[in-house]
Amino acid sequence: MKALCYNGVGDLRTERVPDPTIINPKDAILRVILSSVCGSDLHLLNGYVPTMREGDIIGHEFMGEVIEIGSEVKNLKKGDRVVVCSILGCGECQYCQSTQWSLCDNSNPHAWIPEKAYGYSPAGIFGYSHAFGGYAGSHADYIRVPYADRGCFVIPEGLPDEAAVFASDALPTGFMAADLADIQPGNVVAIWGCGGVGQMAIQSAFLLGASRVIAIDREPDRLRMAKEISGAEVLDFSKVDVQEALREMTGGRGPDRCIDCVGMEAVSEGLDYYYDKTKQFVRLESDRPIVLREAIMACRKGGTVSIIGVYGGLVDSIPMGAAMNKALTFRMGQQHGQRYIPRLLEHLQKGELNSSFMLTHKMSLDQGMAGYDLFNKKETMRVVFAPQ
Amino acid sequence: MANKKQPVSSLLGMGPIEPDTSGSSRINVDNTERIWSAAGGALLATYGLRRGSLGGLLLATLGGFMVYRGASGYCPMNKALGRNTAEPKSDDKAMDSIEIAKSLTINKPRKEVYAYWRQLENLPQFMFHLSEVQQLDNKRSHWVAKLSDGLLAKTLGTVEWDAEILEEVKNERLVWKSVADARIDNAGEVRFVDAPNGQGTEVHAVIKYRPPAGQLGGAIMKLFNPAFEEMIKQDLRRFKQLLETGEITTIEGQPSGRKSEQQPGKKPISEQAKVDEKHESAML
Repeated sequence: MKALCYNGVGDLRTERVPDPTIINPKDAILRVILSSVCGSDLHLLNGYVPTMREGDIIGHEFMGEVIEIGSEVKNLKKGDRVVVCSILGCGECQYCQSTQWSLCDNSNPHAWIPEKAYGYSPAGIFGYSHAFGGYAGSHADYIRVPYADRGCFVIPEGLPDEAAVFASDALPTGFMAADLADIQPGNVVAIWGCGGVGQMAIQSAFLLGASRVIAIDREPDRLRMAKEISGAEVLDFSKVDVQEALREMTGGRGPDRCIDCVGMEAVSEGLDYYYDKTKQFVRLESDRPIVLREAIMACRKGGTVSIIGVYGGLVDSIPMGAAMNKALTFRMGQQHGQRYIPRLLEHLQKGELNSSFMLTHKMSLDQGMAGYDLFNKKETMRVVFAPQ
Repeated sequence: MANKKQPVSSLLGMGPIEPDTSGSSRINVDNTERIWSAAGGALLATYGLRRGSLGGLLLATLGGFMVYRGASGYCPMNKALGRNTAEPKSDDKAMDSIEIAKSLTINKPRKEVYAYWRQLENLPQFMFHLSEVQQLDNKRSHWVAKLSDGLLAKTLGTVEWDAEILEEVKNERLVWKSVADARIDNAGEVRFVDAPNGQGTEVHAVIKYRPPAGQLGGAIMKLFNPAFEEMIKQDLRRFKQLLETGEITTIEGQPSGRKSEQQPGKKPISEQAKVDEKHESAML
């Protein structure tokens, strides 16, 4: 089959690789119909995640058709059209059973790598480096899905592929960001980052009762979509002082809930960007926590900061004094997709959430590198590959 | 800092049992003789393996035996003959035992976890460094290890020993020790404890072993110890995976763009794949 393989920093190649086969009884094989790029792929591609190996197939946000099932798969059959959670959960460990799926004890066959870096290992993720299991990703004609009964969700009739594919990652991640923020009716919510996850977080915040959502970015197209489609008020951080703007727009209180949908590769117009960029370059810091600092400063007293943008390692100069003395609550984590996906598919079907607008470019696998270039330059919301 | 570390077993109040000092942890070969034995053995093994014929294989096996004899300072033939060419005092000089401890929680009832472990024949299912465990009677068992290093495996062959259960409290704990003349003297304890709030069973395992004696043996074991420790930890993770999910999490056999992994007709979960995976973990 064809697959998009990592070959080094900034080097993706479409290659011929063997077809996947059933390895364990709970595996299924899918024919990939749509497979989306994701902002977190850029961390891999730009060399911020150290355990990538040449030849790894990337991609983790996808939907497709079940073409083969293992002997222990009970809830799926050949021909099912399914969307797959990007994070793997076994369904049997203590974490999965308490619906904290991204903390699964069993789905990372390379648990020893994160155990050294993080103390304990989180779940495995498709196509997301060997620290997260080394699973072959979805930018391919076919993919093996372990624990298929747990990770595959049948897409309701009538819901198009183009909407359903984002129920794999962008939508449950954005929804979880809003859920973690513990939004109370009437809350004003500030959201940094208007990429796929940010857009979904905006819509989810409204769904959970926010009265206003203020979204922050600098890409004109993304700000336009945040405003026109997702319904947020928008701030262009290249044009305004974000702290001042948020304070004034909230009657001097500050936003009740602040959501970081950006993570470790944040950019800003200020000196702090160069501070972090330099420290990152000399390896004194692995992540650029610009948005996190801003969110902590901007958040109202007693508010909640929800972190869904990915951080990988160490950050510097976090204003802990501000967080402590303002009695902030921090919530964070990779998405527990299996907890949210069934409900989100219903919201999509009823039109209470809109995801298909994010698919701005559809390409073939052969255009893989070009697609990621476009995405890296933020000239598209989401490139989605249609393998066959 | 490492020297100040209190052994985990004492923290948990377990594993007071020490492995015997029999077999390989005793030196009965003189130092000079050991060096010559190791060097000559290595040459012989290399030459033998290059020839590839049956004669070559015999030479390689003999070479392997000599390497082992040199590295460990222990010669079973010397033992049998009552011969000891080592320094007079070294006869009762045994290596300090090395301890490996690992605990994890399995989301299954204690009875079930204990029963699976107590059926010792089950162990090679998740302990990839073992090729076989045979229950000889209720207390005694025969263990066969596999060596992950290809060359070492070719020269040393299998490492085997008999073990005896010294203490057994059903659903609670097992204490065992290798019996005299084991190639690697070892002892251990596994404890099964209910985790709080019905979170399943805590498994605490402590394994102690004496490295083959002498400077040469010690140096070699120091090299192998981190890999060995990682291997035991991986084994226990697989135990948890198997009991909780019924299968062992793996990516062996999945596609990639790496040409070296694209051998047509290669079976995904063949023995070879298991060896590869083990090797990968051993390299840490």
